[in-house]
Amino acid sequence: MTFTLPELPYGYDALGPYMSAETLEFHHDKHHLAYIDKGNELIVGTGLEDMSLIDAMVAAHKDPAKAGLFNQLGQHYNHTHFWNWMAPNGGGKKMDGALEKKITEDIGGYDAFKAKFIEAGMTQFGSGWCWLAMDNATGKLEIVKTPNGENTVVFGKTALLGCDVWEHSYYIDYRNARPKYLEAFVDNLINWDYVAELFEEAK
Amino acid sequence: MLSQRTVARAWSSFLPSSAKSYTSAGDKGDREALTMKYAVREGVAGTSATSSVQNRTKHTLPDLPYDYNALEPTISAEIMQLHHSKHHQAYVTNYNVAEEKLHEAVNRGCVRSIISLQGALRFNGGGHINHSIFWQNLSPNGGGEPTGDLKSQIEKDFGSFEAMKAKLSASTVAVQGSGWGWLAWNKETMRLQIATCPNQDPLEPTTGLVPLFGIDVWEHAYYLQYKNVRADYVNAIYNVANWSDVGERLEVAKKSV
Repeated sequence: MTFTLPELPYGYDALGPYMSAETLEFHHDKHHLAYIDKGNELIVGTGLEDMSLIDAMVAAHKDPAKAGLFNQLGQHYNHTHFWNWMAPNGGGKKMDGALEKKITEDIGGYDAFKAKFIEAGMTQFGSGWCWLAMDNATGKLEIVKTPNGENTVVFGKTALLGCDVWEHSYYIDYRNARPKYLEAFVDNLINWDYVAELFEEAK
Repeated sequence: MLSQRTVARAWSSFLPSSAKSYTSAGDKGDREALTMKYAVREGVAGTSATSSVQNRTKHTLPDLPYDYNALEPTISAEIMQLHHSKHHQAYVTNYNVAEEKLHEAVNRGCVRSIISLQGALRFNGGGHINHSIFWQNLSPNGGGEPTGDLKSQIEKDFGSFEAMKAKLSASTVAVQGSGWGWLAWNKETMRLQIATCPNQDPLEPTTGLVPLFGIDVWEHAYYLQYKNVRADYVNAIYNVANWSDVGERLEVAKKSV
């Protein structure tokens, strides 16, 4: 299948002042599009062309010779969800009951989630992502971090929430202050409705 | 005031082997002088803060050899200021923290702790090494073309300066995520070589290749000015490349074993 750039679910200025229109213009229109274009280019001749994004991504991850392709597909997957993991007036302790209960059971509550999620983002050396994920085998929620374009999906964990900690995601608005960006993300941007949707599907 | 030998000893574990391993006995004096030169110039051995109990020096941020705005328009003053005073400083600070923890773990004989510190040591120590080289690799009087032995070696190993730049640029732009592109010296093959490393992995400890000229392609190195167009930044950086520094490094690299 040929991958295409999904529209942002809100206007470019909708996430201000926590994520600027300028950041979203470059991040969505340039970076995400580049992953898609390169992915469409590299997938030709691999035998993965007719697969869904997830299947192609998982298959590419298993094959070291397809590392370049995986980087693009992984990032396409990650960013497609990322735009939905954020919303205007998001963030804070606003998740629905079932999700909150699960977060309390497995992570220790909202405050523990916030601290561990930010810690994961801060300690991912170089480019990558931090995640709230559900392990498919155990059903437990976990906070993890991955480098570059990797995600939890290729390790058998459903991604419920991810935050991009590549510098292009925050440098325009926060310069080197990655911790401030992560805090703003948790306090003001997380779209808990979408997280809850993914949680329900995964259960 | 620390003796030259103490500083040289403290520094020697971080030196590229190019500056460390001189075979000729007659070079011993040269070696200590060169060791000091690298140690002080690249700020890897600090002399300002010493723990008298452990006789260890803290590492310090080396001064930039030029003003923050000196590399404009190729690299903006804002980028240089953030890059040097925030990013590089953070590597230095965090490396000192990791090294302190390492010493405590060694004193306790705790192998698990020693091993668990390796990531922080590599990341922050590598960041310190890489950036210390980087500031010297660039100059407001840079650009133009290499001369002398560096020029001949480039022509021998790549065919031409343009061919070398094309290879270095292509490899550097293609780095996935954060990392560095390098023009390096291979002591085994006695040839110049292009290499890349991810994140802050330092070239020589990781690959054995001697770093001559590095291009930082972490987004913080270029994003405010070049945004997503990494290729424009990489192509522009040759305007401020300090080929004289690169030539000196090649000379040292060739003398070592």
